[in-house]
This record gives sequence, C-alpha cells and structure tokens, in this order.
Amino acid sequence: MAELLAPLLMIVPWVVAVLTAVVLMVWVERRMSALIQDRRGPNRLGPLGLFQAIADAAKFIFKESLTPAGADRPLYLLAPLLALLPALTTFVVIPFGPAIEVSERTLRMLVVDTDTGVMLFLALASLGVYSLVMAGYSSNNKYSLLGSLRAAAQMISYELALTLSVVAVLLPATSLNLAAVVDYQVSKQWLGFLPGWNVFPQALGFLVFLVASFAETNRLPFDLPEAESELVAGYHTEYSAMRFALFFMGEYMAMTTLSALGVTLYFGGWTLPGVDLAAVAATVAGWCGAPQLFGLPLASWLGPLFGFGVLMAKVALWLLFFVWVRWTFPRFRYDQLMRLGWKVLLPLALVNLVAIAMLTVGGVL
Amino acid sequence: MEIAVFILFALVAVISAIAVITHPNPVYSTLSLIVTLFATAVLFVLLGAPFLAALQILLYAGAILVLFLFVIMLLNLRRQRSTSPRGRGQVTVAALGAVLFFGTLAASLLATGRPEPGALAPVSLHQLSRALFSHYLLPFQIIGLLLLVAVIAATVLARRAPAPEEER
Repeated sequence: MAELLAPLLMIVPWVVAVLTAVVLMVWVERRMSALIQDRRGPNRLGPLGLFQAIADAAKFIFKESLTPAGADRPLYLLAPLLALLPALTTFVVIPFGPAIEVSERTLRMLVVDTDTGVMLFLALASLGVYSLVMAGYSSNNKYSLLGSLRAAAQMISYELALTLSVVAVLLPATSLNLAAVVDYQVSKQWLGFLPGWNVFPQALGFLVFLVASFAETNRLPFDLPEAESELVAGYHTEYSAMRFALFFMGEYMAMTTLSALGVTLYFGGWTLPGVDLAAVAATVAGWCGAPQLFGLPLASWLGPLFGFGVLMAKVALWLLFFVWVRWTFPRFRYDQLMRLGWKVLLPLALVNLVAIAMLTVGGVL
Repeated sequence: MEIAVFILFALVAVISAIAVITHPNPVYSTLSLIVTLFATAVLFVLLGAPFLAALQILLYAGAILVLFLFVIMLLNLRRQRSTSPRGRGQVTVAALGAVLFFGTLAASLLATGRPEPGALAPVSLHQLSRALFSHYLLPFQIIGLLLLVAVIAATVLARRAPAPEEER
C-alpha cells in the first residue's frame, strides 16, 4: 500500500508548485519587465497588481477559441495539450527532501526512485518538441510552419550540449539517480570553505547547461520559434484563448522543471550547506510535542516539506534570472543561434566532459 | 496488473504500427511511429529494462523522428503518398519475406520455449555498463567507429561544392 500511496503523495507538492509557479511568473514577468524598462507595470488589481494573473486567466477562458480554415483539426487540438505533458511529468526524478523511515524501510523523497534517473527527465523533456511541431504543421499557416521548423532544429541542436553537460555532473556522482547527485554534493566541500556544489568544479558545464536551457525553453534571447518581428508569433500564431494559454503555461512549467533540474545538478538541490534539514525538522517537531500524523512522526512530514521549500526558493531565484535575461538581451539571429549551438556550446560541453572524466578518474572530484 | 499493462500497450503498439504503413498522410504515419516506439518503451520497462526504454524515447522519439517530421514538413507532403503500382512480383516477394520472417521467429520461439516468470531479472545500470565496457568492448568500439564513418560521409555528401561566383 505504501509503495502506491507514497509516489501519489509526493506528486501533490510538485503539481501545486508547478501550477503556482505559472500564476506567479505571469505577474513576476510583467512587473519585472516594467522595473527593468522603468515603467510601473500592472498595479491596479489587488496588492501590487498580484491578482493580474486571475484577470488574465478569466480573459483567456471567456475569449473565443478559433480554429483556422484548413487546419488539421485532430493535431491542432492535440498540440496545446502535449505542451503540458513534459512539464507535468519530468519532475518525477527530482529529489526534494531528506530520506525518511516508513515501516522499517528507507524512503527517498523522489517520486520515481530508479537508477535510470535523469535519463527519464531528458527523455520526457525531449518529447516537448512535438507539441510545437504539431502546432506549426496543423495550423495551415506559413509563419506557424516556419516557427515549428525552427523549434525542431533548435531543440535538437541544444539538447546535445545540454545532455553532455548533464553527463559531466553524473560522472563524479557515479549514478544517474539525482538523489545520488545531491548526496555527492553534500559529501563534498571545495577549497575548505565553499559548499560542495557542482557549480564550482563544473563552472564550464554549468555555463553550457544555462545557455542550452534558455534555448530548450524557447526563451529570449533564443525565442526564434516565435520571433514576433519575423514570424508574427511563430508556431502559436493561429491559437487563441485557452489553447494559446496552454502553450504559455507549458513554457513556464518547463522553465520551472528545468530550473529544478539545474538547481539539483549544480546548486545542491534541496539541501542547504551546513544545515541538516532532517535535524531541523526533528527539532521543530520536538517543539510541537512530536505528535504522530497518519502513522508517521511529524518530523517525517516536516523534513520533506522544508526540503521542498528550500528547493523551490532556489528555483525561484533561477526563474528570476530567466526573466532578468529575457528583458536584457536582444534576440539572436537564426544563423548565430545555430553557430553558437554547434560550434561553441557542443565543443565546450565535450571539453568539459573529458576534463571532468579525467579529474574523476584522477580522484580530484 | 502486469498482464493488463502488457496487453494494453502491446495492442497500442500493434495498432499504431499498422497505422504507420496504412495512413495516407505521412505526418500521421510518423506520429503513429512515435506512439509505437512509446508503447514498445513501456514493454521494455515491463521486461526490466527501464534504461533501454529511456534511451529509446530519448534517441528515437526525441531526436530521430523529429528529423523525419522536419523533412516531411519541409517537403510539404500534404495528404499525398506516392501510389506506386503494386506489381505481382512485389506481392510475391513481400509474402515470401513475411513467411520467412515469421517462420524464423516462430522457430526460435519454439526452440527456446516459454521463459519462466521472473526469469528476466532487472539488470542494474552498473551491470549493463560493466558488460558493455568489458565483455562487449570490441563490438561497442566498432559500432562507434561505424557511426563516426557515417557522420563523416553525411558531412561530405551534404557539403555543397563552392560555386565559382561564391569564391572571392
């Protein structure tokens, strides 16, 4: 029973967090862009304009959903739904808290605890491109088609560099399971005072991962598939109302899960340097008299909860960086994008991989 | 439970595989192929090979078939498929091939017999990589070399000969 119930319970915080991130990011993006451009931004609805997202959602729901003439209807309707699929599945391999004891067994805090680990994340994330390709093909619009062709080429090109930088992180941890990657970072300390985060020894790999993650999520400066000045709105030109909103949500959710992956790979995931969250949870539970909750001590509930909070705080900072970059950098040209992916990022990722492999074998990492 | 999952995804795999070869629209054929690969990946998981399943989705569904779609969309093959006339010879050869294939398959299945349930112990990633880099090292390296040759050949073929007016 516990085998079935535990993964279901662990999905709950993820779904809540990913959906909340979408609502918050809509507001953050608009307020922060206003801040960067020296404007006020939406500030009428609720405190600081916080309810703007609700107004946006209401508008999306009540707008008319159009289907263009000559559209390939089944694919046209399926594409926006597929946009949510990778974002709602990839988080299953990301750990979010200290392991707990359930009926004599150690239960690690990740939904799918398998040694396939991060490969599952990459496999599911790679399916995201089909949503864009199907949308572009089925819309019967040349701008949509061009946008989705760009998306397909761009995502395949940058997936290589992204995967290679991820592999370099897995080498010293000697496992594909992200829980092992977090454990490895907890066990290390660099130069005697830096936390054992992978970002320090793998700064080059981190840079490649960061740039490639912008391209994978179609964010500026790599939002060529929807470049307004050339393609109207790219692959979602013909989508309106809630169907358009699904693409929009898919993009923010993919950003959230990819940020969670980045935080786990390079910034220690749910852990804080020098803080044992399990001990903190036990102390807090002690203040409350250490009651039992659904057959488990309170500390076993608080530990994962604190871990998830730490993980989400780090993800929030990463997301702010996404927004900051979007409103700071101009868009790349398409040939520049391809050159950067194949002639700069891929060789850099390979150099990083070989260097990390040698350092790992040499026992430095 | 396992049997139910197997039957469901085996059915999905077979039906989508049939759709791949019968659907008049090449885009739908390719999308059906993705469904087939996905369903086979689930069968791999049932057989205790989740890593193979993840690789199948990552490489085939996530990369190779995107390129298939890419080419089909570039050529704009909309709702048309080359209707080459099916000659008598083609049907004969196809039937012969099918009989040979299923004959070999049935013969090998009969020869090996039904595997015991649980005979397929899940292989851990460490065991897999150890086998790949020790016992099967030479075939592994040869495949790597073969792929490298293919990459170089593709690059050479794709490179356009510089036109005289382009050269300054």
